[in-house]
Amino acid sequence: MEHRPAESGWNLEVDLPSQRGASRLVTDELLEQLGIHGWSPSDIFAIHLAAEEAIVNAIVHGNKLDPAKKVHVSCEVTPGLARIRITDEGEGFDPGQVPDCTADDRLEMPGGRGVMLMKSFMTRIEYNAKGNSVLLEKRHDAAAG
Amino acid sequence: MATHRRIDVSKVGDVSVVKFQDRKILDEASIQELGLELFGLVEHDNRKSILLNFKGVEFLSSAALGKLITLDRKVKSHKGRLKLCAIRPEILEVFQITKLNKVFDIRTDEAEAIAAFA
Repeated sequence: MEHRPAESGWNLEVDLPSQRGASRLVTDELLEQLGIHGWSPSDIFAIHLAAEEAIVNAIVHGNKLDPAKKVHVSCEVTPGLARIRITDEGEGFDPGQVPDCTADDRLEMPGGRGVMLMKSFMTRIEYNAKGNSVLLEKRHDAAAG
Repeated sequence: MATHRRIDVSKVGDVSVVKFQDRKILDEASIQELGLELFGLVEHDNRKSILLNFKGVEFLSSAALGKLITLDRKVKSHKGRLKLCAIRPEILEVFQITKLNKVFDIRTDEAEAIAAFA
């Protein structure tokens, strides 16, 4: 079967339950669509990692696994752009207050690496003012490889 | 002998070589189970030389990294040694970004890692 990039791209909007493992309801299809749109395995790894970390953060830290709350995810994939917005119903947080996980005194802490990985692997990451919604963006162009 | 669902453990000389059953280590329940099995190698089986062979592992979330860090602490507190090997480039980049390549002794392949235990 031959896959061709869809001219108009692929879009998805979905509400996830606040339960562990729910990220797969989005990521399985997201990964498939990234492949169809010609993204490289290393880019797909990067986008997968960032999306996984953000969705888990939203479910566990944002909604605190409250079954009454949802995590809204919207995705857009074209051959040149992958954009994912993840919004939870929690109180939000200040990403500027997340300690540097690479500081010597925090290097061996078990947690706190998700936000740094998102920033490193994506072209752009932006939180809303409340801190309960994050935009992840990766651009693919000739210069970026 | 403990039964493992997330790992496969074999012995090469004195070294316990651990391989992972999952290609993608991301599901939180599985990571929890993985952590318990890894910790058991140290706390119950009293294994002193442990090599984690990541051959075949395609994805690792930060929650899994947390388990590896806790394992490293437990190994050190039991005066053992832990090494990692055969990590694919994308996952190695995760270790480099988080500077965990400074915490763990990471080797290219199993043979090099086994030799480094000597």
